[in-house]
Amino acid sequence: MNENLKFIQGNEVCVEAALYTGLDFFAGYPITPSTEIMEHMAKRLPKIGGKFLQMEDEIASLCAIIGASLTGHKVMTATSGPGFSLMQEALGYAIVAEIPCVIVNVQRGGSSTGIPTHVGQGDVMQARWGTHGDHAIIVMTASNHQDVFAITVDAFNLAETYRTPVILLFDEVVGHMRERIFIPKKGEIPLVERLRASVKRGVDFHPYLPREDGRLPISDFGGVNRHNVTGLAHDMWGFPSDNPQVVHGLIRHLVDKIQNNTHKIAKYKEYYLQDARTILISYGSAARSALHVVENRRSRGEKLGLLELQTLWPFPYYLVQEKCADAKYVVVVEMNMGQILQAVKVSVDRPERVFLANRIDGVFITPTDIRNILRLIEGKGV
Amino acid sequence: MAIRDYIRERFFPHIWCPGCGHGMVLNGLLRAIEKIGLDKNEIVMVSGIGCSARIAGYVDFHTMHTIHGRALAFATGIKMSRPELKLIVPMGDGDALAIGGNHFIHAARRNMDMTAIVMNNRVYGMTGGQYSPLSGYGTMSTTSPYSNIDHAFDVVELSVAAGASFVGRTTTYHAKQMADILGQAIIHKGFSVVEIMSQCPTCFGRQNRLGSAIDMLEHFKENTTPIGSKAKQKNPDLIERGIFVQKKMPEYCSEYEKIIERAMVTVHHRDRRGHREYN
Ligand SMILES: Cc1ncc(C[n+]2csc(CCOP(=O)(O)OP(=O)(O)O)c2C)c(N)n1
Ligand code: SF4
Ligand SMILES: [Mg+2]
Repeated sequence: MNENLKFIQGNEVCVEAALYTGLDFFAGYPITPSTEIMEHMAKRLPKIGGKFLQMEDEIASLCAIIGASLTGHKVMTATSGPGFSLMQEALGYAIVAEIPCVIVNVQRGGSSTGIPTHVGQGDVMQARWGTHGDHAIIVMTASNHQDVFAITVDAFNLAETYRTPVILLFDEVVGHMRERIFIPKKGEIPLVERLRASVKRGVDFHPYLPREDGRLPISDFGGVNRHNVTGLAHDMWGFPSDNPQVVHGLIRHLVDKIQNNTHKIAKYKEYYLQDARTILISYGSAARSALHVVENRRSRGEKLGLLELQTLWPFPYYLVQEKCADAKYVVVVEMNMGQILQAVKVSVDRPERVFLANRIDGVFITPTDIRNILRLIEGKGV
Repeated sequence: MAIRDYIRERFFPHIWCPGCGHGMVLNGLLRAIEKIGLDKNEIVMVSGIGCSARIAGYVDFHTMHTIHGRALAFATGIKMSRPELKLIVPMGDGDALAIGGNHFIHAARRNMDMTAIVMNNRVYGMTGGQYSPLSGYGTMSTTSPYSNIDHAFDVVELSVAAGASFVGRTTTYHAKQMADILGQAIIHKGFSVVEIMSQCPTCFGRQNRLGSAIDMLEHFKENTTPIGSKAKQKNPDLIERGIFVQKKMPEYCSEYEKIIERAMVTVHHRDRRGHREYN
């Protein structure tokens, strides 16, 4: 049997992918339905000389990995809704201080403590705007294990490229489901390594002065260049500043470096879109049911298509507009009250033709749920 | 290396008020580091938020000014990932023991090698003088305008109970003792806590009618005494200064090295489902 073929949970796939990128530091706090990620890390990391920490809470977990990232390591933490809420302040710090890290949120059902062992996709907007202040952020997701692997590797690559935290917004179904996966061979997926400053000892070092291409080389803590890291608005030395020009420049830089590269960051998959009259837009585990409906209806000759988003933020407005230009109906399939629906409505030329097929009760949305909405839209009654 | 070489002169003047004790802590700390002869590249200073936390910007080490209360958690990640680095974590009393209290006790329990300095001015200086968990019963502040009914932690007792392997206390008046205790704390292999009673003439001093910065320093002199002194027996209200705990205990990063060794030994065993595992 091919040793790279495995039949494992999505959470474990995420661990395999993180290790594939060279991750060697993880800190976390247990929470359903993400706990398997930290359990696998606890087992795997020491075997490769990596470090695993169980911290006193999720705030400390994110802070610890941010610290470890500054010494030059690829780092990750994993949690679910309640823990993700606790992480918001430190997340903003990593954005402003431009420290690469990956945060996994395996979404559970409901709000507050919710329904821990069930599924939901209610954290889409929190991932976008949970931390205070203007900022841009990269949030990615996937619907099957092969994609969980690829997207996780991607998350680490983007974190290094843009020196920013990246959020992997998985959900309980993808996290707990077992599915076949081929682990790619070393070298099969290109990896982005940290861009390090090459300033010699003694030369004035500007840790927060981006290169012409917008990238910001980093100098590891413990290396020859010493610098200050802060969450306060700061100048090119990383020193606090309230100079309006400096502050304006910093916020623009933080937003532009991501928003202006949306076309490079945005990952998606499309199924039967060329001639589709009705387009489903979905992501994460919900996209599995959406694809089922599309394939089923196609076999009956109906012109349905699916746009599966893998990058949720920055939202690819141009892409959704272009793909939906000729569609009669657009149906957003998600397990929340319409968090991506809003972004889709903003993207398309005719927002009144955008509908929502959702579930918010912790139960996985089924093809039947989607079919019922389609029948309503088509005036056929349920 | 001269003390001056440890400082980022570019970023002076500092933000502290005239007479603030935090600058005296900076002075004592740099003297301690100079005496030990540490290289600037091997030191990482991690601070939180507060007047005290601004200390990190002024020293020419690898420095990280983080978020309120979480400095020890950031420091834990840095130390764990690069155990050869020396971690120094200065914190305000509110920073360390209100919002950061949980991280504080867990860091002490873990015994990871780093030096936590509590710059205790018994007040939230940066936000303009609200009471802290170290203000104590009967003190005045902007949020206890009719007197404070919150009782204070004793930093030393708390640290000892939480498992810190080095615990010391001194004041900004006792500059030599400060440098000495800080030096021993930095050399100590394990989690060390040094409480430095520091004056905030602008808030705590004014609100509690303690006079000028000089008066407040005099107050530290008169109200403290070396550990176990005769004066303490006569007057139990005196606050003891010195090193309370200094013991050898397994250090976290060294312990983790053993975990790595254990995990790396190839295991061939059958798990519960009977599958063979080779890793
Ligand atoms: C999460 C959060 N809550 C509140 C604040 C506001 N804040 C800034 S400093 C501070 C207290 C500082 O007191 P202390 O730690 O004793 O330091 P000092 O200024 O006295 O040196 C507070 C409450 C903040 N920055 N972040
Ligand atoms: S407010 Fe108090 S603690 Fe802050 S700088 Fe002034 S004297 Fe120091
Ligand atoms: Mg204080």
